Amino acid sequence: MSLDITTERDASSSEESRQWTARVRNAAATAFPPDRLLPDRQPAYMASWIYVFGVLTVVSLAWVIITGCVLAVMGPSWWHVSGLGHFVNSLHLWSVEFFFFFMVIHLWGKFFMAAWRGNRKLTWATGVVSFVASIAAAFTGYLSQANFDSQWISTQAKDGINSTGAGAFWNVLNFGQMLMWHIVLLPIAVVIIAGLHVLMVRRRGIVPPFDIEPKDHGDTPSAAEPSE
Amino acid sequence: MSPRKAKRFNPDRDVREWNGAYRPYDILKEAFVALVAVGVLIVLLAVVFSSPDEPAVTLKSWSTSDPVDFAQTAVTELDGTSPLATYGPPYNSTPDVTQHIGFFEPAQWIGVHQPINTAQDFVIGPLRSLSNQPLVQRALDTYDSSTPTQQSAWTTAYEKAVANATDVHGRLQVPHAQSGPVGVIIGSLTTMAQNGGLDGTLLSQGQFYNTNYTKPLLFIANGSYLNNLAGAQHLQGTQWGMMNETGNYPGQAWLWLYTMWYQVPPMKTSTNADLEVWAIMMALTVVLILLPFIPVLRSIPRWSRVYRLIWRQHYRSLA
Repeated sequence: MSLDITTERDASSSEESRQWTARVRNAAATAFPPDRLLPDRQPAYMASWIYVFGVLTVVSLAWVIITGCVLAVMGPSWWHVSGLGHFVNSLHLWSVEFFFFFMVIHLWGKFFMAAWRGNRKLTWATGVVSFVASIAAAFTGYLSQANFDSQWISTQAKDGINSTGAGAFWNVLNFGQMLMWHIVLLPIAVVIIAGLHVLMVRRRGIVPPFDIEPKDHGDTPSAAEPSE
Repeated sequence: MSPRKAKRFNPDRDVREWNGAYRPYDILKEAFVALVAVGVLIVLLAVVFSSPDEPAVTLKSWSTSDPVDFAQTAVTELDGTSPLATYGPPYNSTPDVTQHIGFFEPAQWIGVHQPINTAQDFVIGPLRSLSNQPLVQRALDTYDSSTPTQQSAWTTAYEKAVANATDVHGRLQVPHAQSGPVGVIIGSLTTMAQNGGLDGTLLSQGQFYNTNYTKPLLFIANGSYLNNLAGAQHLQGTQWGMMNETGNYPGQAWLWLYTMWYQVPPMKTSTNADLEVWAIMMALTVVLILLPFIPVLRSIPRWSRVYRLIWRQHYRSLA
């Protein structure tokens, strides 16, 4: 009887291991064990204010999304005619300014740490791509303001976009199209890419310092760093 | 099979496993404190500095504030000499005007996708929509049925006359000229714009709802009025305008590099400046993404020794 149960379990386990769901779960559990996903300790070398700018960028993005959602509740014209709406728009504007301010410092900090070392190239690349996607998201926000600024910026920007041929399909003068990109497509892209970036940071950990005097240049790279 | 040769350690690519000390770190607490701190900063700046909201220019406000500029622009839309009428793709097929770098001419390859006929779309079409205006309709009939040579003679005469036009309390006063029906056409269009009718007509695309402002924006951008307002706000291209916004606000400061290329030769005077700047920025973006793979560039952080400041405590502990 017990032998039958064991055999059944083995068969079941073998079948499970072929499941997409089981494979994804196992891969996720291997890549992100709880103490790596939500760590309660960090390497001692992480003793600099520069490390704060990563989390400041993430929370600024959270404020950008929160304030943008509040603006979305009442529609694109609300903030032009309501004092409260104007205040929420101001919150949205300054959260964007802080988001970029923190992100640029974070980027420079990571550059001077050469944070791509130790199989962290994809972490670096997703960071840069999320920066570029954020620029596009902010740009469409400026085009969606429905005021003088959006008129001027769109009529100036059209020449650059048109020169690349993209203006044929991505019309910066089309308020409806730009608003959709600003509140749907680009935020989704930024959140997904930034989310991947954060997950990669958790997966690979924070890059260690340069050796002061690399004595053994013939060594192999750290085996503790899984390849990408 | 020979064993795979061990990769040589490259300090700009590889790291050694950290075997040193760890310290307690509450990641969720840090995130919460950061969220609150940034929230307080945002509220503070929003209360103190607010945000800009300069009202949009309309065809009505433009034609009322500066009817001479409006009429001067409108006649160039009618005779096809405005910047938009000769723009090329994606609006029209004017030959030899698309920006290019050597053989690379993407706008030309993709072609016209948002066709605009400035005479029909901005002048004749809107005026044809006016009912109970027999004088205007007769002027349009006369203009439409005449030869291109005759039309050109009329518009040229009107352009010379409107150059000396005056604004008398918001009314357009154009000196007499042999301009045939063009005087009535442009005068009527100016009146239509001043009444607010042209804004709605240009926005309408045969349906009730519309959110595409391409036509009215392009018309407004062809005049000097918008440009002058932007100049007063330090927003023009020569003033690093793309990254600024009205008032004393930071604007899109992160576009400084993009805007900078327009201020330096050869892009500053190039007829292909937009495409050149985009090509530069795309190339730089690719370089930034691929930086970890590019020798020399990826060594700059180590050579710069800025990392000694970042990990100051770590190196001090090793000393």
